[in-house]
Amino acid sequence: MMKIQEGYTERHVLTITVDNEAGILAKIAGLFTARGYNIDSLTVADITEDHAVSRITIVTNGPPPVIDQITAQLERLVPVHKVTDLTERGEHVERELALVKVAGRGSSREEAQRIADTFHARVIDDTPGSFVFELTETSDRIDSFVAEMREHGLVEAARSGVVGMIRGAEGA
Amino acid sequence: MSEERSGAAILVECLLRQGVEFVFGYPGGAVLPIYDELFGDHRIRHILVRHEAGAAHAAEGYARSTGKPGVVLVTSGPGATNAITGIADAFMDSIPLVVLTGQVATNLIGTDAFQEADTIGLTRHCTKHNYLVKDPAHLAATIDEAFEIATTGRPGPVVVDIPKNVQVATAPFSEAAAQRPRRYRPRTTASADEIAEAIDLMARAKRPVLYTGGGVINSGPRASDLLREFQRLTGAPITSTLMGLGAFPADHPDWLGMLGMHGTYEANMAMNQCDLMVCIGARFDDRITGRLDAFSPDSTKIHIDIDRSSINKVVPVDLGIVGDCGTVLEQLISAWGDRQPLEIADWTARIAEWRGKNSLAYPKRKGAIMPQLAIERLFALTRELDPIITTEVGQHQMWAAQHFGFVRPNRWLTSGGLGTMGYGMPAAIGAQLGNPGKLVIDIAGEASIQMNIQEMGTASQFRLPIKVFILNNEYMGMVRQWQELTYESRYSNSYSDSLPDFVKMAEAYGWKGMRITNEADLDGSIEAMLAHDGPVMVDCLVSKEANCFPMIPSGAAHTEMLLYGDMVAGTMDDEAKALV
Repeated sequence: MMKIQEGYTERHVLTITVDNEAGILAKIAGLFTARGYNIDSLTVADITEDHAVSRITIVTNGPPPVIDQITAQLERLVPVHKVTDLTERGEHVERELALVKVAGRGSSREEAQRIADTFHARVIDDTPGSFVFELTETSDRIDSFVAEMREHGLVEAARSGVVGMIRGAEGA
Repeated sequence: MSEERSGAAILVECLLRQGVEFVFGYPGGAVLPIYDELFGDHRIRHILVRHEAGAAHAAEGYARSTGKPGVVLVTSGPGATNAITGIADAFMDSIPLVVLTGQVATNLIGTDAFQEADTIGLTRHCTKHNYLVKDPAHLAATIDEAFEIATTGRPGPVVVDIPKNVQVATAPFSEAAAQRPRRYRPRTTASADEIAEAIDLMARAKRPVLYTGGGVINSGPRASDLLREFQRLTGAPITSTLMGLGAFPADHPDWLGMLGMHGTYEANMAMNQCDLMVCIGARFDDRITGRLDAFSPDSTKIHIDIDRSSINKVVPVDLGIVGDCGTVLEQLISAWGDRQPLEIADWTARIAEWRGKNSLAYPKRKGAIMPQLAIERLFALTRELDPIITTEVGQHQMWAAQHFGFVRPNRWLTSGGLGTMGYGMPAAIGAQLGNPGKLVIDIAGEASIQMNIQEMGTASQFRLPIKVFILNNEYMGMVRQWQELTYESRYSNSYSDSLPDFVKMAEAYGWKGMRITNEADLDGSIEAMLAHDGPVMVDCLVSKEANCFPMIPSGAAHTEMLLYGDMVAGTMDDEAKALV
C-alpha cells in the first residue's frame, strides 16, 4: 500500500516588494496554491507615497530546498521587485497586531484586565460587560495571550498576520 | 505629434511596430473592432484557424521554427478558454507568444455577461505574465512590454486581455515608442568566478557529459554554433533532451542520442556514470531523470539556465549559473582558451561499449511495416531537403525523436513539457507560413491527429503544402504500451475505434490522400508525397503491436532501462504507478 509522506519543514518569513497592480495578490497567493507551498500568514499594504509599490509579508513553511524554490518562483513574476527571506538573513524583528474581544463581569473581567496589563495590551473599547484589547507582539506572545483569554470570556480574536524587518541600518 | 486613435487601431499599429507578419486567430463578438481594423490592412496577414487551440499551436510552430514571437488573436469566453491548452503548452516549452484576447466591456466585467470568462484568472498560472487593459491610453506601453517579456529572459506566452469598449474608445497615439518603466531585466551573463569554477571542474573531468536542452534552441541559432564549438574544444560526449534536438548534429561521432525515458542506452548510461555533468538549458524533467535518488549519483553537476528557479528545483547542483545559454557558452569558450581537449579515452571506450548495445534496434515483423522503419525511410528520403518536422504526442513522437537525425536547430517542433496531442498539424501550419518553400512534415499518430484535424481547412485555405504522415497502429499506442507494462495488458479505452478513412478525409478537404499498406511501397509513396505540390495526408498502416524502446519504466533508474526483447509485460507496485 502506498501512503503519502510528509517531510521536515522550516518556518520562514519572506518580504516581497511588488508593483501595486491589479491581480498581483492573486498571482502570488495562486503561485503558492499551484505549486503546493504553504502560507501561514500573508499581509499586504502599499508603502510608497504614490501607492505604486506594495510590501507583502508571507510566513511560510517547508523543507529548505522548497523555501529556496519559493523565493526563485516569486522572483520570476514580472511585477515582483525583490524577495527577501528574513529568516535566512538572520537577525530580524517580527510583529503582529491582534484585536481580542473578551466579555464578562466581576472577577473574570478583573482577571482579563490583569492579564492584559502583564502583556502590555491596550484597551481600545470598554463597556461594562466587555473589552477589546489591542496587542502588538510576536506571534508566539499573541498565541499565549489569546490562549489565556480563552479562560476568561474570549469572544473573538482578529490578527493582522506578521510583518517583519531586518535589524540594523540596512533595508530588505 | 500624437493623434486620437481607437484602441483597436493603436493595437494594430503596435503589432506592426513589433514586426508582426502573421496573426493566428478567430473572430468573435468581443474582438470585432480589432477585426474591422484588420479588414483591408495588408500589412499584417491574418491566418484564420478552425479552432482557437489551432491558433495557439500554429503560433507556437511559427515561433519555434523562426525564433520570432507568435501572435494569437481570439475572442472572449470560449475563444480564450479554447486557446488555453496552447498557451499552457507554450509556457511549459518556453515558446514566445503574445496572445490577444477580447473581453466584454469593462462595465460588464463580473456580471456573467455573454461570452465572459475571467481570462486573466484562468491564464494566470500558464502565462509568463498577463494584463487586463482598461484604458486605450495604456495599450501601446502594454503591447511593447508584452513583446519584451515574451521574447527575453526565458521566453513564454503573455496574454493581453482587451475589453471591447477599450478597443472602441480613443486615446492619443504617437509614432514614437511608448514611455514605460523598464522593470524586466533578466540576468544573461555569468560572473567571472562562475566561469572560472566551471572551467576548473571541466578541465579536471575524467568522465564528462554535456546534457543540453531547449534553452540552447531558445537562445538562438548562434547558441547552437557555440555549443558545437565548446564541444569541439573539450571533446566531451553530448546528449540532449527532446526539446533540444537539432542544437547539436545527430551525425557527429560524439553525439550520444537523446536521453531520458526513451533515450538511448549510451546517453542514459553516460548520465548515470559520469563524474561531471554540464547541463545547458535543460531542467531535469522527470522524463529525463527517472528515479531521482538513483540519478547520476557520483557526478559533480553544473547547471546553466536563464531561469533561476530551474536551478536546484529538482536536482541539487554543485554550480548553478544563471544566464543565457549562448552568452555563457561564449564566456566558457573564451575562458577555455587554448587548452587541449580532455583526455578521456577510457570514458569514450566505455561509451563505445554501451553504443554497441544498439539500443534503438527493433525486430522486423513479417507482413507489417515497423513504425521505426517508416521514420527511418522518411528521414533517408528527406534529409537532403532539410525539413522541419512537427509531431503530435505519443509513440510516433518518440520514434521520430529516436530515428530522425536532426542536424540544425529550429527544425524539430514538438510538445515536450505539456505533451499536447493535436499540436503537430497546427504547428506545421505555423512553421510553413514562417518558412515558405521549406518542406514541413507532421509525423502523427492516428489518435493525436484527430484532436485538431479541423485545421486541415486552414492549410487548404492558405495553400500550405504541409505533409501529414500518420503512423496508424489503431491504438493510442503509448497508452497501450503502458497498459501492457503496468496493467497486465488491460487495454482500457486505448483502441482507436471508428477511425475515419483518412484518405477520403484528405480529399474532402482538397488535399491529396494516400495510404501505405506494404513495406515495398514505403519509399515510392514517400516520394509521391514529396512530389505533390500541395498538402498531403499519408495514412501509413504500421504494426499494431510495436512498442517504443528503449524505455526507463516508471520509477526506475537510468541503469534499469528496458530494451526491445526484454520481458516487459506485467504489473508494477503502487509507488511506481503513482510516478506516471
